[in-house]
Amino acid sequence: MMVPAGLSPGHIGTVCYVNARLFDPGQDLDVKGGIRVTNGIINSLGPKITAKSRPANEQIVDCKGRLLLPGLVDMRVFAGEPGFEYKETLATATESAAAGGVTTIITMPNTDPVIDDAALVDFVLRRARDTGIVRVAPMAALTKGLAGHEMTEFGLLREAGAVAVTDGIQSVANARVLRRAMAYARDFGLPIVQHVEDADLALNGVMNEGELSTRLGLPGIPSMAELIVLERDLRLVELTGANYHASQISSRAAVEATRTAKKNGLPVTCGVSINHLSLNENDIGSYRTFFKLSPPLRSEEDRKALVEGVEDGTIDVIVSGHDPENPDTKRLTFDEAAFGAIGLETLLAAAHGLHLNENIPMETLITAMTRTPARILGLEAGALTEGAPADFSLFDEKIAWAVEEWGLKSKSNNTPFEDRLMQGRVVRTVVAGQTAYELDAQ
Amino acid sequence: MNALSPHRDKILSASHLLGIEGLSPPEISRLLDLADTYVELSLQINKKQDTLRGRTQINVFFENSTRTQSSFELAGKRLGADVMNMSVKGSSVSKGETLVDTAITLNAMHPDLLVIRHSSAGACELLAQKVDCAVVNAGDGSHEHPTQALLDALTIRRRKGRLQGLTVAICGDILHSRVARSNILLLHTMGARVRVVAPTTLLPPDADRLGVEVFTDFEAGIADCDIVMMLRLQLERMNGAFVPSTREYYRFFGLNREKLKIAKPDALVMHPGPMNRGVEIASAVADGVQSVIKEQVEMGVAVRMAVLDALSRNLPGGANA
Repeated sequence: MMVPAGLSPGHIGTVCYVNARLFDPGQDLDVKGGIRVTNGIINSLGPKITAKSRPANEQIVDCKGRLLLPGLVDMRVFAGEPGFEYKETLATATESAAAGGVTTIITMPNTDPVIDDAALVDFVLRRARDTGIVRVAPMAALTKGLAGHEMTEFGLLREAGAVAVTDGIQSVANARVLRRAMAYARDFGLPIVQHVEDADLALNGVMNEGELSTRLGLPGIPSMAELIVLERDLRLVELTGANYHASQISSRAAVEATRTAKKNGLPVTCGVSINHLSLNENDIGSYRTFFKLSPPLRSEEDRKALVEGVEDGTIDVIVSGHDPENPDTKRLTFDEAAFGAIGLETLLAAAHGLHLNENIPMETLITAMTRTPARILGLEAGALTEGAPADFSLFDEKIAWAVEEWGLKSKSNNTPFEDRLMQGRVVRTVVAGQTAYELDAQ
Repeated sequence: MNALSPHRDKILSASHLLGIEGLSPPEISRLLDLADTYVELSLQINKKQDTLRGRTQINVFFENSTRTQSSFELAGKRLGADVMNMSVKGSSVSKGETLVDTAITLNAMHPDLLVIRHSSAGACELLAQKVDCAVVNAGDGSHEHPTQALLDALTIRRRKGRLQGLTVAICGDILHSRVARSNILLLHTMGARVRVVAPTTLLPPDADRLGVEVFTDFEAGIADCDIVMMLRLQLERMNGAFVPSTREYYRFFGLNREKLKIAKPDALVMHPGPMNRGVEIASAVADGVQSVIKEQVEMGVAVRMAVLDALSRNLPGGANA
């Protein structure tokens, strides 16, 4: 296992976080107690660590009974750097992450230039180390230039620190190319992460295809565009035994296909964005471009199926899908506007909202944002265990707050949760023993 | 209701006309009643009124349309407004300025009425959120074209005396047509029976959810109809994209004299123009006795006068402000 890069050497010395509710469903941990951090590593944790138990010379933080969660691992983040620094940088993306309790972001290769070369993986990691305040683990391009034709140097990319290969916002359309990539990536233990959408069926589409797209006069994207690619990929996994992850699914049909595949023992995993769990196509209302997402927000029936998929474990991972866009790409008509929404800072609060509104157990939600993505990518992250990196957050379930358009840390303002009331907020985030974010310090 | 009366009744509750969606039957009837009076006015030697004197109307057409633009221009001028046509092609608007920035620029010129044509659905709603004046949708993408539906309704009502209970077949490219959407909404609201007739490739998904009957057989679709409304098939949608060829389309979905006999004997033939003769409609039908295509153009000016008048009544300083 590898620890995601960044932030060495971390905090030097010992700090005790006491009077917390330690909550790590990945370790079946839900107990009142404390956590002792030494030199950026969790030295010990449990009910015995209290204000009284520590030596007098050790620093102490009173958690006031709040949830102490393992730092989230967000598997789908567009950080803007290199090439789109006016939308986001690794610095601002990691600040957003810290404010949301995310301590490891997995960056997508859809930058300019595209991350399809070991030197560029190295660039991202060095920039993250020098400017970031949480850990960064890049995914590299699956095909050169994201063109879908020739596979990239998986072995060299892996050595440089890439944690998976993906073409990010597009599917690899060519089955022969994908088959070989799957087979070759398997040799290097590199997961293949796929955006499941048939580009031809989705061409020009800007929202879910159905009655609403007809009423709004907007070209639609049918759910079948997702299912067709997913089902083909599942066949290729049968053929190659690849370590395959569908980045985000959005429809009932895709949930069912994944459920069946898992029942049949295929080594596949899939993710969903917090937006697709929390919102549906009706939120578009009168052409609100912050709700223009890829894959598109679908019907309420689809959303419910996604919620069920998370509950029964068909869906493994929840991501923010953090995708910063500026007014010049969003203050346009719906068909001309860019896809995407930011989400790092609202991920945990929105997930907590799902717990309150949909009764999804917090255990399930947190696991899908910590242990599972870490396991899929082979990262030592997302766990509260002795000897693990001291990456965690304090979450206050009682704080109610409103999301303001420019009130978030991102350089961009395209949040679909604008003006929404959230219940629960991250009050402190610690990465490698260092406090990367503190609400009261704002 | 008399448009010449110094007391001007409230006609629309909203301050913009962004679509037919949301209009109530009484609002539509009042607009058509007002338009009737403007049909008479347009037959006088002196066609000019001062209802909109001092008002500024800007027509912003992001998409070319000689017919609609001149109809709106004439309507505004007959009501005494100062009318300006903003040409958009080659301006900063087509060079990457966002629509919202364009709206802010336009708003700073203090217009009273903005008439917008845009190739994107929802463009008028976006603009309307950012300006202080009344916005008229003159066609937005595949979404709505409310004045076209109103002028079609006026044409039908003047010929048939009513809208309720009539059977109307809208035929052709329903998928991309804003005219079809607005007509479906208006006719449905006013109690007509609406059919859409097209090959499935030119039907929008879940079309039946709009309260229409769907036909993919042309003859069955127009059988016993009171109104046969033909739509234009855009050239780029022929030749294999949505239908294989124009000649195949004409064979199965074009209206000729023989097929017209399947409709009611007194059925009216309509077309929003511009027509592709020999693609969706035969010349003999377009120019025949049952055609009211020229009347539609005439009603267009009257309906747009009614819309501009009605919206101006809701403006600050207007009769209902």
